[in-house]
Amino acid sequence: MSFLERFNQINWDELKMSIHSKTAADVQHALNSSRLTHDQFLALISPAAEPYLEAMAQKSMALTRQRFGNTLQLFIPLYLSNKCTNICTYCGFSLGNKIRRKTLKMEELDQEVAAIKKMGFDHILLVTGEAPGTVGVEYIKSVLERIRPHFSHISIEVQPLDQADYETLMTAGLDAVLVYQETYNRSAYKEYHLRGSKMDFDYRLETSDRLGKAGIDKIGVGALIGLEDWRTDSAMAAAHLDYLEKTYWRTRYSISFPRLRPCEGEFQPVSVISDRQLVQLICAYRLFKPEAELSLSTRESAKFRDNVLPLGITTMSAYSSTHPGGYADDNILGNEDLEQFSIDDNRRPEVVAKAIQERGLEPVWKDWSPCFNH
Amino acid sequence: MLKIADKTFASRLFTGTGKFSNSLVMTEAILASGSELVTMALKRVDLNEQQDNILGPLIENNLNLLPNTSGARNADEAIYAAQLAREALGTHFVKIEIHPDPKYLLPDPIETLKACETLSKMGFAVLPYIHADPVLCKRLEEVGVAAVMPLGSPIGSNLGLRTKEFIQIIIEQSSVPVVVDAGIGSPSDAALAMEIGADAVLVNSAIAVARDPVEMAIAFKEAVIAGRRAYTAGLGARSLQAKASSPLTAFLDD
Repeated sequence: MSFLERFNQINWDELKMSIHSKTAADVQHALNSSRLTHDQFLALISPAAEPYLEAMAQKSMALTRQRFGNTLQLFIPLYLSNKCTNICTYCGFSLGNKIRRKTLKMEELDQEVAAIKKMGFDHILLVTGEAPGTVGVEYIKSVLERIRPHFSHISIEVQPLDQADYETLMTAGLDAVLVYQETYNRSAYKEYHLRGSKMDFDYRLETSDRLGKAGIDKIGVGALIGLEDWRTDSAMAAAHLDYLEKTYWRTRYSISFPRLRPCEGEFQPVSVISDRQLVQLICAYRLFKPEAELSLSTRESAKFRDNVLPLGITTMSAYSSTHPGGYADDNILGNEDLEQFSIDDNRRPEVVAKAIQERGLEPVWKDWSPCFNH
Repeated sequence: MLKIADKTFASRLFTGTGKFSNSLVMTEAILASGSELVTMALKRVDLNEQQDNILGPLIENNLNLLPNTSGARNADEAIYAAQLAREALGTHFVKIEIHPDPKYLLPDPIETLKACETLSKMGFAVLPYIHADPVLCKRLEEVGVAAVMPLGSPIGSNLGLRTKEFIQIIIEQSSVPVVVDAGIGSPSDAALAMEIGADAVLVNSAIAVARDPVEMAIAFKEAVIAGRRAYTAGLGARSLQAKASSPLTAFLDD
């Protein structure tokens, strides 16, 4: 039994129709409940909930403070490689794009780690394209072993792997894995992913089951907003999360809401989510899952991030560079010929930390210990 | 005076360091509470750094540290974390928190018992966070824990003493101090726990997330004192019925 079987029973169009048929009464009912069902989540992301945004935000903020306190966790992504053998029409790393390809050597990795540690980060997210020949399990493993002494918490966002590979990487110090389905619409997925192993929708969908079976501490799920109707994709992601939580109950979960932004290539989003709707989505997730980590990246503007961070967000990246080797040059804005997507909030970490404090929250740099991973 | 292992405490209010908006507010609130034993999550502090913004102020103010193993999912991880803490912080006090369930953070009784047995043998003063389970408390006592810490309701829920009857059984049976931990949402909850005979309470979220944490810390301090006084003074029995007449036995007086 995996999520795939359950997923195959969900009809995309019926789900979409169900969201759009929600009424004000459904929304009020959801707002008055303390433990929400998936159907109540649908009400909160529906157009009928738009007039209730302020009430949702109030409740979302209160739940977040109660659970996570007056804190906000910071992390930084480290791009190890932009080599990729996939063609994904929306991604800057896509095989056909004429960008300079680079994979960090161990000495370059040390320089990146030194630059990151200097900024104060203790939680790190390792990112690669999908090029198993160059950046396969062996490469990731040697990176983990090399950087483990320098960080309290290490996550990866790389190609989906087998359960045994995850177990190997966990032994080498891996704490968490982020794997986004991009879109849960099977036929749209096919149109976006034209070449490479990523074409295998089912293998990707079952990744979090493999992670759960491996006993990983944390799994990040989500959809890439813009590829398909954002409401239906989010409803699918929420169903996925609901399943995972019940099945792998020892694991923690994080959700993010990446919105497509301009990148190398000519791709434009099919479904556009407004700022207002993104806030609605964030609050709906918080009301649905008070314990989930909600993460917001530097794809979003400084203004949007500062205003949204008290409402339900628990985790944020800062000063991200999306090209390999970006921190050691201290040149996150340069080298546009190497990057995956351009970032909007490019403030330095101490500036982001100050903005968090100004909202009455404590920026947290360390909230894990490698002694819980052995 | 309350005695736990080799330490005595004038204050029966224990506090924590999580969820505060900054370390200044945290320090002020803890000092205002009068608390002499403060718990902090090992995962949040940098053990190699005395300037750590949680550890620094605690050490500076000579507060007794109660490192906790929050994040551990089994006995082995908790034991390892406790050893790290003892080595780095120089205290043999440890609060065992093993919650494999990251949602409600409910404690695993089996792993907790295992960890407590090992750590007690190693000379730790072990304070386990547990469900309000009277039998488990006796088992823990047998393996040598320094106190037991049954929950009032899930951590951070502010729901109060939902386990009151079970805590009363624990208090009645226990030969080690009983510290009610988790779920205490308001000073009246803390007072109630003390009135029914708890030896101490541990309060964190309700202080840290209050609009004014320092004022709330004072409120808890006073509630704990009042509750303890009421307990030692001896509460009168409660009854809704007036005791004036005895309709069933009045004939005996005729």
